[in-house]
Amino acid sequence: MQWETVIGLEIHTQLATQSKIFSGASIAFGASPNTQACAIDLGLPGVLPVLNAEAVRLAVRFGKAIGAEVAPRSVFARKNYFYPDLPKGYQISQYELPIVGEGRVEIVLGDGAVKSIGVTRAHLEEDAGKSLHEENLAGGGYTGIDLNRAGTPLLEIVSEPDMRTPQEAVAYARKIHQLVRWIGISDGNMQEGSFRVDANVSVRPLGQTRFGTRTEIKNLNSFRFIERAIQFEVERQIDVIEGGGTIVQETRLYDPERDETRPMRSKEEANDYRYFPDPDLLPVEIDVAFIVDAVADLPELPDSMRERFHTQYGLGEYDASLLTAGRELAQYFEAVVQATAEPKLAANWVNGELAAALNRSEIEIARSPVSAAMLAGLIHRIQDGTVSGKLAKQVFEAMWSGEGDADSVIQARGLRQITDSGELEAMIAAIVAANPGQVEQYRAGKDKVFGFFVGQVMKESKGKANPQQVNEILMRVLASD
Amino acid sequence: MQNKSIAQMAAELRLRTYSSVELTRHYLERIARLDPRLNSFISVASESALTAAERADRAIAAGDAGPLAGIPIAHKDIFCTAGIKTSCGSRMLDNFVAPYDATVVERLAAAGAVVLGKTNMDEFAMGSSNETSYYGPVHNPWDADRVPGGSSGGSAAAVAARLCAAATGTDTGGSIRQPAALCGITGIKPTYGRCSRWGMIAFASSLDQAGVLARSAADAACLLDEMAGFDPRDSTSADVAVPDYVDALDHDIAGLRIGLPKEYFGEGLDPRVAASVQDAIKEYERLGATVKEISLPNSPLSVPVYYVVAPAECSSNLARFDGVRYGHRCENPKDLEDLYKRSRAEGFGDEVQRRIMIGTYVLSAGYYDAYYLKAQKIRHLIADDFARAFEEVDVIMGPTAPTTAFPLGAKTDDPVAMYLNDIYTIATNLAGLPGMSIPVEPVDGLPVGLQIIGNSFQEARLLNVAHRFQHVTHWHQGAPSGFE
Repeated sequence: MQWETVIGLEIHTQLATQSKIFSGASIAFGASPNTQACAIDLGLPGVLPVLNAEAVRLAVRFGKAIGAEVAPRSVFARKNYFYPDLPKGYQISQYELPIVGEGRVEIVLGDGAVKSIGVTRAHLEEDAGKSLHEENLAGGGYTGIDLNRAGTPLLEIVSEPDMRTPQEAVAYARKIHQLVRWIGISDGNMQEGSFRVDANVSVRPLGQTRFGTRTEIKNLNSFRFIERAIQFEVERQIDVIEGGGTIVQETRLYDPERDETRPMRSKEEANDYRYFPDPDLLPVEIDVAFIVDAVADLPELPDSMRERFHTQYGLGEYDASLLTAGRELAQYFEAVVQATAEPKLAANWVNGELAAALNRSEIEIARSPVSAAMLAGLIHRIQDGTVSGKLAKQVFEAMWSGEGDADSVIQARGLRQITDSGELEAMIAAIVAANPGQVEQYRAGKDKVFGFFVGQVMKESKGKANPQQVNEILMRVLASD
Repeated sequence: MQNKSIAQMAAELRLRTYSSVELTRHYLERIARLDPRLNSFISVASESALTAAERADRAIAAGDAGPLAGIPIAHKDIFCTAGIKTSCGSRMLDNFVAPYDATVVERLAAAGAVVLGKTNMDEFAMGSSNETSYYGPVHNPWDADRVPGGSSGGSAAAVAARLCAAATGTDTGGSIRQPAALCGITGIKPTYGRCSRWGMIAFASSLDQAGVLARSAADAACLLDEMAGFDPRDSTSADVAVPDYVDALDHDIAGLRIGLPKEYFGEGLDPRVAASVQDAIKEYERLGATVKEISLPNSPLSVPVYYVVAPAECSSNLARFDGVRYGHRCENPKDLEDLYKRSRAEGFGDEVQRRIMIGTYVLSAGYYDAYYLKAQKIRHLIADDFARAFEEVDVIMGPTAPTTAFPLGAKTDDPVAMYLNDIYTIATNLAGLPGMSIPVEPVDGLPVGLQIIGNSFQEARLLNVAHRFQHVTHWHQGAPSGFE
């Protein structure tokens, strides 16, 4: 039987506020346990939450960035369950009335095809704390609780079940990751847990419209794990069904070490969260002025930029999508284009030499030793014939290792093309004179020997001879007599 | 000394007729001598009270004293106080000292008030007789075999017995007004959001409101002047200007339109209580008020609606008491579930557990719509009844409670009979309106309360209406025998 996979993702992205969503405590990462938890975060008796307006502003930016409606009125609700790292015995979240409604994003697949993925909703909520199951804590037999993270603002972004392969799921997750960073609402740091993905996965016989029973894989914190966990889960579900079994709706965890998913411990079995509106918080009412202000400095969005690169600069979809993978990269590219008016050459350099160098050194574009202005300077020297395309790569490497801008490198290393025709004429005349045998062959009609002369000139000039001029002069000299 | 009004005490403290230290010592001595008969205090903070009194005396001498400088008061043990245990009447918090003051506590302290201690209360404010307290019942100063009402029973008894000049309380369904009525004192529950709930341990967040128990409307006005106002730490506190309540006390009430809801004078009301209330209303007519019968047709639904909404919120609000971070923790838990179950079973009393279970039930999948959502809809209807009534009357009057104080133990085995004691007070909480209780003519030597309900943020009007009555009557001056 042919099976179809259906995937939906729930992404928890930590919002880049200064303080927590309902208290003034800092959300900086890495502080010692419980040093960033105030009375509100600890859930002491009598404390009350006060909503952080910045978290609302960031959520609004996201809503507008995916073309969703921002709810004029949204409501915080309590999700009730007991767990030691949940200090109040409930999580403040949004349930029936989320702040961001339906929207869409586009993903570009490996073959350059564009697919639109629906976002069902996005809602604000607080994060829980962290349980530290460490051996020997307080002499053993104890679990530690760190509430530094409790109350950290999260935006939970829920997708439609629109993805059909693990690769599509990864492309969507990358897309959201790109977007939240692009619009400055999250640092997207996956190692620090600022971007966590839950995947809802089911399979069904190809052609069936009804969904199969789904399982939820929790807390995937790398793109590689998303792909592998879903891949494993799909195969497992098909095996179960083909073996005559049925899929149990459950929560599973991915174990990267063994590359498999396993049912989670019964922590959450048959939980009824008893959601109800939080009486400590008023409904969030957002007016047009707030939205206008929140999106006032929203940059051009990646999809529209990608499309513009395609139409305005004539770049292919794939090149355009690579160049818009991150906002800084896109800005870098545009800066080079603006300085050189050579979009294709700029795209080749940014996606080629620059991307390779960044990758090799494992650094972000923002920390590239070759600035946009420097790359533009190099492209200028290619354009005006100062340096050949081949030697330009050498110039780039030198700039990368800190030898200065293109002009200084060309100067210092003497890489300037020889365009002085007198000098070239003399050099060529000498080479022709020194190789009478080859001249004979050429004149006898063996055209291939022309390449031998070009090679000799380049060797003599250490690659600096202007190839076009060399061709012209050689043609003329060899044809004469 | 203990029979003087707060205004009089404040004036005499300023005249140095006596010092705050002397006044505070006087009250502490009364508490030590008389409270064993009442059990109205959970904690007495002699040392910090005397320190505060000294500070008040210095401020008075320096001429920069706050309006309540040196006046000894008590706080219901539901308000967090840095340095004094805040138990909420529960074993769960028997070991809990908050690291912060509630806003109400902070504001009264800023006005110079001296805190004598924390008063007894029904556990987590759940009760109408003060019998659910972990610290034992409070006895009514008018008859030690009877309840003082609840949940602010300790505050009511302490004020009636002159063990403090006034006390704070909270009112979720009548917890200020009903004990004020049963103890023969004046109590005011302001509009929802008028006083900050920051630092006030939550029972039912959408209903809870802080207020005052005092010997007169004038005394209550002195405290409320300081307590009321917007607090950025409480998102539900009202950003509405606070008038000067003391200034408004003497306004003329001629032409006042009083509405008497027919639903408040029907079956279940002790006829002698009804007669006493009717007499008080006749007094208002003599003062120039006009009286008109009105109807609050949905008011019979207020008790069932309340017992859905309040337990639902409490089941969630009390989830934080889990034995993990503070409060009672059971001995030797064998695992996490055992820790939760035993800590909560040992830490909470029966009534609290009953309400947590009711609340958990009404919020459960499959029941939410039938109970919680429906209750919220009826809550709107109840509020609409009041809105309609206030189109034709200025205040609504009726009995505060259907009977006088009942004997200790009389209703402890019948929760529903206990709940019905709040039948006249609950609707105002559901509608978020301000309400008062003032003493009128007693029945068989036991106090009776007249309830006065106003429109939103009409506290000044209520205190004015109550004060004008107290100006021409003496019911509020009566002291229980042995506590004069």
